[in-house]
Amino acid sequence: MVEQQGYMKALCCRECGEEYPLEARHVCELCFGPLEVVYDYEAAKRKMTRQTIEGRPQSMWRYAELLPVAGEPTVGREVGFTPLVKADRLAKRLGIRELWIKNDAVNYPTLSFKDRVVSVALSRAREMGFEVVACASTGNLANSVAANAASAGLTAFVFIPNDLEKGKVVNSLIYNANVIGIKGHYDEVNRLCAEIAGKHNWAFVNVNMRPYYAEGSKTQGFEIMEQLGWKIPRHTVVPMASGSLLTKIHKSYQEAVKVGLVEESEYSVHGAQATGCSPISQAFKQGQDFFKPVKPDTIAKSLAIGTPADGFYALKVFKETAAASDDVTDDEIREGIKLLAETEGIFAETAGGVTVGVAKKLIASGAIPADDSAVLCITGNGLKTLDAVENHAGSTREIAPSLREFESLLDSDKELAAATQ
Amino acid sequence: MPVNIRIPTPLRKLTHDEEVVETSAENIGQAIADLETRYPGIEERLLDESGEVRRFVNVYVNEEDIRFLDNKDTAIKDGDEVSIIPAIAGG
Repeated sequence: MVEQQGYMKALCCRECGEEYPLEARHVCELCFGPLEVVYDYEAAKRKMTRQTIEGRPQSMWRYAELLPVAGEPTVGREVGFTPLVKADRLAKRLGIRELWIKNDAVNYPTLSFKDRVVSVALSRAREMGFEVVACASTGNLANSVAANAASAGLTAFVFIPNDLEKGKVVNSLIYNANVIGIKGHYDEVNRLCAEIAGKHNWAFVNVNMRPYYAEGSKTQGFEIMEQLGWKIPRHTVVPMASGSLLTKIHKSYQEAVKVGLVEESEYSVHGAQATGCSPISQAFKQGQDFFKPVKPDTIAKSLAIGTPADGFYALKVFKETAAASDDVTDDEIREGIKLLAETEGIFAETAGGVTVGVAKKLIASGAIPADDSAVLCITGNGLKTLDAVENHAGSTREIAPSLREFESLLDSDKELAAATQ
Repeated sequence: MPVNIRIPTPLRKLTHDEEVVETSAENIGQAIADLETRYPGIEERLLDESGEVRRFVNVYVNEEDIRFLDNKDTAIKDGDEVSIIPAIAGG
C-alpha cells in the first residue's frame, strides 16, 4: 500500500473519528466535521532524520513524508525554504530580546505562502487524475493556483471577490486562468464555490481537496524549526483569515516532536487579525469557544474572511499553547507595513502589517514577554497590495537634472532638521 | 411556488441523490422538521443535541447566512432558495 499512498493512511474526521478513503472529499458525512489526513508516523520517523532532511534540496518537499502526496511531487517542486531573517532592528523597535521574520513574501513562484498549499493540492490532484483545478480566493491563492496550473498544464478556474487589489487580479489573469469576479465578499465566493464543487467534478483546492491542500502550510513551521537549529520557537505570531495556517503551524510543531526532529518544549502560537474582520480574535477576547460570523471591512483583504472555517480550531490552539489573539486597525496595519520595511527592508502585504501590528501589541501587553524570542510569519508580498499604502508612503521629490538644485534640496533638508531639533 | 432547498453532497445519500428538494415550511426550523419526515435521519445530521444547527453546518436563505438573520426562526416564503453548506471550506 505504501507505493500507492505514500505515508498517508486514510482521511479521518477530526470531530467523530470516522475514517474515509484517500479521495477528494473534505467533510464527514455523519457530522460535517473536517477530514484530515492520517499518516503512518512510525514509518515517517524511520525515514525523517535531521541528517537526511538536511541532505535534501532546499524546498518544502524536504519534509515529504509528512505531506499528503503518494508519489513524487509533480507541481511546485521548487516551492518553499524561504529565508528566516534575524530582525534585530525591528526587535529593538518592538521592545523584544530576539525576533525572527519568516519571509514568505519571497516564496516561489507567486510571492506568498499559498504556493506551499497549492503545490501539495495540485500534485495530489494530478495523482487523482483531475484536469481542472479551482479555488475560492482572496487573491494570493488565486495567483498561486493560476501560476502553478499554468506550469502543470492544468485548466484553472479561480473565483475572487470583485473588489480585490489590482495587483492581485492582474497576477491571476496573466497566467490565462479563468478568473471569475464575484459581486460579493469572500464568504459569498466561498459559499458559491462549495455549491459549484458539489456539481462539477473539479479539484477545488480549498473545498474538496482541502484535507490535502491545508497540510502544505505545515512546511512553514517545519522550515522555521530547522532554520532555528531544530527547535520550536517560544512564540510564533501568525495572521489569520480562515485560521488554517495557524492550526497547521501548530500541527507541524506537534509532528516534529512526534517523529523526533525536535525536543518537546514550551511554545505559544498567537493569532493576528484586522479589527475590521476579527471574528476569531473577538471570540478569544470574550472567552468564547466559537466565533460569531462578521461582514468584513478592512484593507487587509487577504484576511477578510468573516466565517473562518478553522476559527474553532484556532481558538483551541490558543488555549492549548497559552497563547493570545489580538487585532489592529487599518492605520495600525499601514504602520506595521512601514515599520517592517524601514527596519528590515522587507515589504509585506497588508497581512504582514497585521502580524507586525499585533506582535507590537502582544509584546507591549506582556502576552509575549520582552525577554523572550518570537517568530513573525510574513505571508505575502507588498507589491501586490500597493493600493493600500500608495498614499501613505510619502512621495518622490522632483528636481531638474541639475547639481545646484540637488545641493539646494540637501541644504533645505539640513535647515529643516536644524529647525526641528 | 414552494421553497427550494439545495442539499449538499454529504446528505444526498439520504435524499436519494436529489440535489434540490422542495418544502412549504414557513421557517428554517420547520423546514428541517419537514425534511426529517420525508428523509429520516437528516435532522440529526443538521442539528446538535440541543436542537441548534451544528457548528460545522451553514444555512443560507437567498445567499444570506441565517446567523445574520433569525437563525432557525428565519422566515421563508414561496420562491426563496435555501442552501445547506458544510462550514469547512475556504481559506
